[in-house]
This record gives sequence, C-alpha cells and structure tokens, in this order.
Amino acid sequence: MSANLDAMYQEIILDHYKHPHNAGLREPFEAEVHHVNPTCGDEVTLRVHLDGSGPDATIADVSYDALGCSISQASVSVLTDLLIGKPVKDAMSVHEEFQSLMQGRGKIEPDEDVLEDGIAFAGVAKFPARVKCALLGWMAWKDATSQVVGAGNAAAEEKA
Amino acid sequence: MTRQLPGLLEGLDLIRQDFPILERTMEDGYPLVYLDSANTSQKPQVVIDTMVDHLERHNANVARAVHQLGAESSEAFEEGRTKVAAFIGAPEREEVVFTKNASEALNLVANTLAWKGPLQVGPGDEVLITEMEHHSNIVPWQLLTERTGATLKWFGLTDDGRLDLSNIDELINERTKVVSLTWVSNMLGTINPVQEIAAKAHAVGAVVVVDASQAVPQMPVDVVASGADFLAFTGHKVVGPTGIGVLWGRRDMLEQLPPFLGGGEMIRTVTMEKSTYADIPSRFEAGTPPIVEAVGLGAAVEYLGHVGMENIRAHEEAITRYMLDGLKNVGGVKVLGPADAGDRGGAVSFELDQVHPHDVAQLLDSRGIAVRAGHHCCKPAHKRFGVQASARASSYLYTTPEEIDAFIEGLEYTKKYFRVD
Ligand SMILES: Cc1ncc(COP(=O)(O)O)c(C=O)c1O
Repeated sequence: MSANLDAMYQEIILDHYKHPHNAGLREPFEAEVHHVNPTCGDEVTLRVHLDGSGPDATIADVSYDALGCSISQASVSVLTDLLIGKPVKDAMSVHEEFQSLMQGRGKIEPDEDVLEDGIAFAGVAKFPARVKCALLGWMAWKDATSQVVGAGNAAAEEKA
Repeated sequence: MTRQLPGLLEGLDLIRQDFPILERTMEDGYPLVYLDSANTSQKPQVVIDTMVDHLERHNANVARAVHQLGAESSEAFEEGRTKVAAFIGAPEREEVVFTKNASEALNLVANTLAWKGPLQVGPGDEVLITEMEHHSNIVPWQLLTERTGATLKWFGLTDDGRLDLSNIDELINERTKVVSLTWVSNMLGTINPVQEIAAKAHAVGAVVVVDASQAVPQMPVDVVASGADFLAFTGHKVVGPTGIGVLWGRRDMLEQLPPFLGGGEMIRTVTMEKSTYADIPSRFEAGTPPIVEAVGLGAAVEYLGHVGMENIRAHEEAITRYMLDGLKNVGGVKVLGPADAGDRGGAVSFELDQVHPHDVAQLLDSRGIAVRAGHHCCKPAHKRFGVQASARASSYLYTTPEEIDAFIEGLEYTKKYFRVD
C-alpha cells in the first residue's frame, strides 16, 4: 500500500468529496466565472458575493457548481469553508498560502493556523499532475473576486 | 508463462523482451503494467538502437551535404520513407510526406485547402466530419470553415458508439467538398466503415481524409483499398519515436495542394520576387526534417511488419475481448463504445460509478498500472454520452492477459479504497 497515496487521499479530502460544503450556485453575486482544466476537462462555475467595498469588504458567499475528481471537488469545498466570512485581504493571503503549498513540490510545511482543513492537500503537492486539480477552484475564486474588487476600484477612481 | 487465449501472439514472452521499458519496476515494487498505448506506444530495442546508431555514426543534415556523412544520412532518411510506403501499401514512395505528427498532417491538408487551387474550399461548400473525432481532426476543419465561409457538418453517434449513418445521403451531398473521419476511434474504439463512406464521398466529388492514427498501429492498412485520398498517422503510436508523423496522399491529390510551410528544401528556385516549388514530397517538407525520427520510424514499421499486422490485430482483439469480459464482472463499470471486441480497436474507455476517472487512474498508478484519464482529446464525444471524463485502458502487441488481470484487480482495489458499496 502506497504511503504517498494515503498522504494524498486524506480522510478529510474523501469526506469533502462525498459531502461537499456550500455546493450549488446561489444569489446574490457580483461575479461569476467558469474555469476549466484543459488537460483533463475538470470544470467549475463559481460565484462570489462581497459585503461592502474597498479594503474592508468581506466575503459574504462563495457558491459553485463543480465537475471533477475528488481532489478538485474537495478543494473548492474546503475553500468555501475557509474563505466565507473573511475580509478580502485575509482571504487573499490564505489563497497565497494555499497556492505556495500546492506549488511547493511537497517540500513546504503548511501552516495549519492559516489553512485549517486545507493542510490535508499537502500530499497532493507531490503529484504534479494533480496540482492543477487542487488549484482549479482557488484560481476561479481569485479571478471572480479580483473582478469584483477591480470593478469597485474602477468605479471609485471614476468618482475621484 | 502467459495464459493462452485464442488469437494471442505466438512468442509473446519474446516480444515483451524486445521492449526494455516493460521490465521496469514502479514505486512500491509493482511491475509496470502499461495500458496507455493508444496515447503512445512503447519502443522496441531495435528502434532505439537504430536511432542511436544513426546519431553515433551517420549524423548529418540531409539533401544539402556533399560529404559522405551527408550521403549516408540522406540515404537512411529516404529509406525510412520507403519502409513507411511499403508498410501502408502506398503505390509510390513520394506519396509519403513526413510531418511533425498526425495533427500537423491533418492541418497540412485543412490549411492548404483554404488557398487558391483546384481543391479550394469556399463559401457554400460543406466539410463533413464526425462527432467521435480527436480534437486534431476537428479544430483544423473548424479553422478551415471559419476562414473560408464554408459550413462544418458532422455525423452523429448511436448509443452504442457507432457512426449514425441514417442520414448519410443528406450529409454527403453535392455541396460536400471534404469528408474527414477517423478510422478507429481513440476513445470509443469503434472501427468505422471507411471504405463505404469514401465511396459515397467520391460519388459527389468530395476529397476523403482519413485519420488513421489508431488504425495503422493496430491493423493491416492498405491506403489504396481504404478509399482515402489523404491518410494521416503518427510515428509514436506505431512503436516509433515522437516528433514524426505521416501524411500519405494520392500523387494527383498531393499535387493539387498549394504549399503549406515555406522554407528550405521545399523550393525549386527562389528570387526576391517569387519562388517556384519542389515536387512532392519535398514541397511539403520545409526546413530540416525529423531525420533520426524518420530512421527510427522506418525501423518501427519494419518491426511491426515482421510480427505481422494480421497477427497484431488478432492479438488486440483477443486481449480486448478478455478485458471487456473482465470489466463486465466489476460492478459499477460502464464501458463506452461497442461491446464486441470484433468491431473495435484496443482502446477501452469506461466509467466507474462513484469514482472520478482521475482518481481511478491515480489508484491504478499506485499499483504500477498506467491508464489514461480525462477527455482523451474527444470532448464532443464525451459530451454526446453525457460524461465529462472517462478512464481508458489501451493494449498493444506486448499486452498480456495477466496484465489485464492486474488491471481488473486494481479496479476492485480502487472501489474498496473509495468505499464504493
Ligand atoms: C485518433 C487520433 N487522431 C490524432 C491524434 C493526434 O496524434 P498526435 O498528437 O501525435 O498529432 C491521436 C493521438 O493522440 C489520435 O488518437
């Protein structure tokens, strides 16, 4: 039995896969994106709803509809648990932490205080082919959130 | 000792010894079980040695060197062409054009049909493909029709993964300029009635292009009997190297195509104002060609010829039947494509209930079993069957029944791991 395999398919990941949190697309939302992993066809449609604007905005909701493997499904489920309710600023640093963990080829020690359930994905980083699966939902979230924040900034600049 | 099944290659153990990679041990001590040959095939020692020998002893550019090495290299390169021509029954060796891969071969035809010439495709014309094509035989035709104002049409598929030919007389009509289809599907395994469709296409004056990327590796191919005007395949799936593909075209058809890429070797003479072009095949081989790859491809098709393509086809059929029978006994498995091994090639795509194909492939890989997971460059065909992705196990001349047993056991293990009830 492969130790690497068990390191990747953590209990937490299998749980999120079988019972995804915050799944489904909900209203209201300010941005919706559709991301695809072109090599394997995994897809996610993701919506972001922010409360407030500017640097103080918080993530009121992240809703999604995802098609894909256990890793990509579990990862977007964990994302919603981690980011909903956080100020955009903090959410962005969680994103950064998760991304560097995934791109660290298994050599980065994850920070449990920041990533919580997200540390379960540390084992995925050893499988280069699966890193994109784990990042699919996270890239979609960043894209959608940047769109909302960017639109807010543009509007603010116009006023100024 | 391998188990006996009717149709298996004689001396399978010896054939396996020709492929050094098959001796590899993977992580955790599992022997390699390579079931991804529809993606790329493994290489026999003779191909590796022939390429190394060329690089060690005969390396030079072709066609432009006066020295001895240049002559040797040119001869070896052209011998590759001769061997490929013989292997596919091409009436003339000049009808074999070397490209980078099958994708480039298909693009060569689709791209040049946009330009002025006797075969030019224009507004009002129709190009007909099928819903089971590899992206390499879809996108070039989308580009052609978008650029020329022609219309793209396609054959749909039946529920059991065959071409739906019920509306063939509507689809192939006097506006049809090109019919391009795969001989053997890389996803569904289906073997298409290429001859019958080519005859209908020719009756309305259409050009017939056949994507034989999965056919040439697996069964005897006679380009003339196939009815194709152009036929493409790729070197790395016929136990040859990557970096080389083949476009075969009937001489009179190739001669009607305008040049594709411009550059060295494809010209007769060049002035600052204009150029005139070389005869086929050089006209379509701009720049330094894949030399050592052509030498390797020659050795590859010669190797397959020695084993015998009839024998390889019988072997693939026997192994595929054995695999399909094994899959029937794994609860929750759904095979996409024809159920009878007699009607299909050796690529078997399937779904496993409650486990995503990536996870299937990952679990199998942890036991040394290599399969493919994803859309296999056939997104439209997956969509047709309402699946986003599938896992695919594909055999070749070196595959044994014991490897299929390991694969089936691996699936049971996968189900247990993911707690599928
Ligand atoms: C049916 C079919 N057509 C075309 C191709 C493309 O081959 P290549 O990637 O070598 O161009 C493949 C293989 O991937 C194939 O299976």
